Amino acid sequence: MLDRPARSTPFDETQLARIIADHGSREGALLPILHDAMAEFGWIDDAMVPPIAEALNLSRAEVHGVLTFYHDFRRAPAGRTVVKLCAAEACQAAGGRSLVGRAEERLGTPMGTTDGEGAVTLEPVYCLGLCSMAPAAMVDGRIHGRLTPERLDAVLSEAVR
Amino acid sequence: MSLRIFVPGDAAAVSVGADEIADRLAASARERGLSVEIVRNGSRGAHFLEPLLEVETSKGRIGYGPVAPRDVDGLVEAGFFEGGDHALRIGRPEEHPFLKNQTRSTFAFCGVVDPRSESDYAAHGGWLGLKAALAQSQEDRVKTVSASGLRGRGGAGFPTGIKWDTVRRAEADRKYIVCNADEGDSGTFADRMLMEGDPFRLVEGMAIAGISVGATFGYVYIRSEYPHAVAAMERAVEGARLAGWLGTDIGGSGLAFDMEVRVGAGAYVCGEETSLLNSLEGKRGIVRAKPPLPAIHGLFGRPTAVNNVLSLAAVPAIFSEGPEAYERLGLGRSRGTMPVQLAGNVRFGGLYEVPFGITLGELVNEIGGGTASGRPVRAVQVGGPLGAYFPPHLFDTPFDYEEFTKRDGLIGHGGITVFDDTVDMAHMARFAMEFCSVESCGKCTPCRIGAVRGVETVDRILAAREEGRAAKAELTLLADLCDTMKFGSLCALGGFTPYPVMSAMTHFPEDFDLSAGRLPAGLQAAE
Repeated sequence: MLDRPARSTPFDETQLARIIADHGSREGALLPILHDAMAEFGWIDDAMVPPIAEALNLSRAEVHGVLTFYHDFRRAPAGRTVVKLCAAEACQAAGGRSLVGRAEERLGTPMGTTDGEGAVTLEPVYCLGLCSMAPAAMVDGRIHGRLTPERLDAVLSEAVR
Repeated sequence: MSLRIFVPGDAAAVSVGADEIADRLAASARERGLSVEIVRNGSRGAHFLEPLLEVETSKGRIGYGPVAPRDVDGLVEAGFFEGGDHALRIGRPEEHPFLKNQTRSTFAFCGVVDPRSESDYAAHGGWLGLKAALAQSQEDRVKTVSASGLRGRGGAGFPTGIKWDTVRRAEADRKYIVCNADEGDSGTFADRMLMEGDPFRLVEGMAIAGISVGATFGYVYIRSEYPHAVAAMERAVEGARLAGWLGTDIGGSGLAFDMEVRVGAGAYVCGEETSLLNSLEGKRGIVRAKPPLPAIHGLFGRPTAVNNVLSLAAVPAIFSEGPEAYERLGLGRSRGTMPVQLAGNVRFGGLYEVPFGITLGELVNEIGGGTASGRPVRAVQVGGPLGAYFPPHLFDTPFDYEEFTKRDGLIGHGGITVFDDTVDMAHMARFAMEFCSVESCGKCTPCRIGAVRGVETVDRILAAREEGRAAKAELTLLADLCDTMKFGSLCALGGFTPYPVMSAMTHFPEDFDLSAGRLPAGLQAAE
């Protein structure tokens, strides 16, 4: 699931085979397999595509197509901390836009990127369903509402030490 | 017996410290040698009071809110465990004006029951709808839903009874119920709240849907941005199965229905029913052309009833209390209640369930209390990113599917996002196009290319504004582009993106063309 605290480890064939076996018999198993692989390895290595395709009797192009369609599936490791700032209308209405610049400055990396040391990834998310608690953010899977510039600072300094 | 304390586990409460509060309360009770049971209930929807703590006393549940973690020690000293007095004490939550004036049907138990406990759900009157449905014939079940006047709460407003009857009549070896829990609209959170606060109701609604159309299996497809809702639904499915309400012999009826939770992967377009079906099948979430309708040719090619969370969650009460009770509420062809969600820059944000017919102005100014910033309301977007922006002079519009259509708007999923007078509507129009370009599935040209051209055109309008030039030609082009997207797109993403763009241009022209004047004062103040 989204930002389940994950390590970003090199992909391991035995572990991947176990994940495939766990879901192989389900109808429409590709998404559940990719979710579990994300949780296990933190990202989806291109080298995982052929074994998944073979196990599900799909073409590599089909698996690649799914992998690249959905925003959740990373094809490169994320930072050790993942900061998602809500960019949708309700959070914009409550001052979310100004938090973007503040987060970029504090974390030293522009929106949508991972910093050079791989410490932190900053990216937008379109709605966490916290529209009445706007502006909102998710940091390593933990949610934070009613953010003010000061509260954002506190949340970020606790997350990125 | 131990003392029961309620600390919402709803994401809205958790986002402002509810987990920490629960920990501190538990520690405090231990220090005092008190035996307490901390129930992580859902939210009652008064989000401006979250975290809203409650303690069970001889006089009923007494609420305190909004409580910050640092308030806990003071609360305990003031006698929280006995319902004692404190500045944050609100008395019985049901008596609070925000809750007292609602007509709660779908959300009747939300915030009240323990969402982790099947037996608590049953003790509050859960499963009565399913029991009533089991006593009817398959055909009568569909008639009951038709008689209630229920229309799909996901946005399109299609009569649920007609959809169910189509699936019921379709012949196939297997049929499916799919619950669309991919609530991606900004300003909406009703599905999330229901799944976190009263998940068994959705299970019950899906089981009734299953036995009404002849489906033996269901999927609830939840967006990955809602991890708390996913966990709550997974627990509820397990709990319902253990209690015999799911499985091969539901409620001892001999009828079979089971279900499974599936998680999306971050694609707004998967809230569109045909994209969702592709995604469930493990494919790219690309829109399918209709016909064939999913009711005839849906998931894995089988007849499928795709319903929204709120539609399915409305069903148990329709069966337990009778369709007439539900049908009596509402206005025109919009029957029953709508859980309205007040969001954005609003003073009293949260979920407010009312019969259709209340005006937009009452919702925004009276119930919502205007803006949180205290500045004048300038615009409200109703119905998510694809909904129109309404200015205050249209606040007399009644909340009703047809009344909103008449004014070139839509109520969608019932979300209302409030903006004060510092909002830049040209900017919001650009955002609508940008969102569409990011989230387009790419299947049809008007949406895929149109949204990109839309962003470019608004950028040229903004550049002209910056230099004080007239942007008349670009505005004509943008209107023309919106027309192409509206009528040429395959699904609502491309087809409805023109609503926010055109409404912004129509109602707030002063933000788009400065050749005749200056930016409004509020907007200048923001710059």
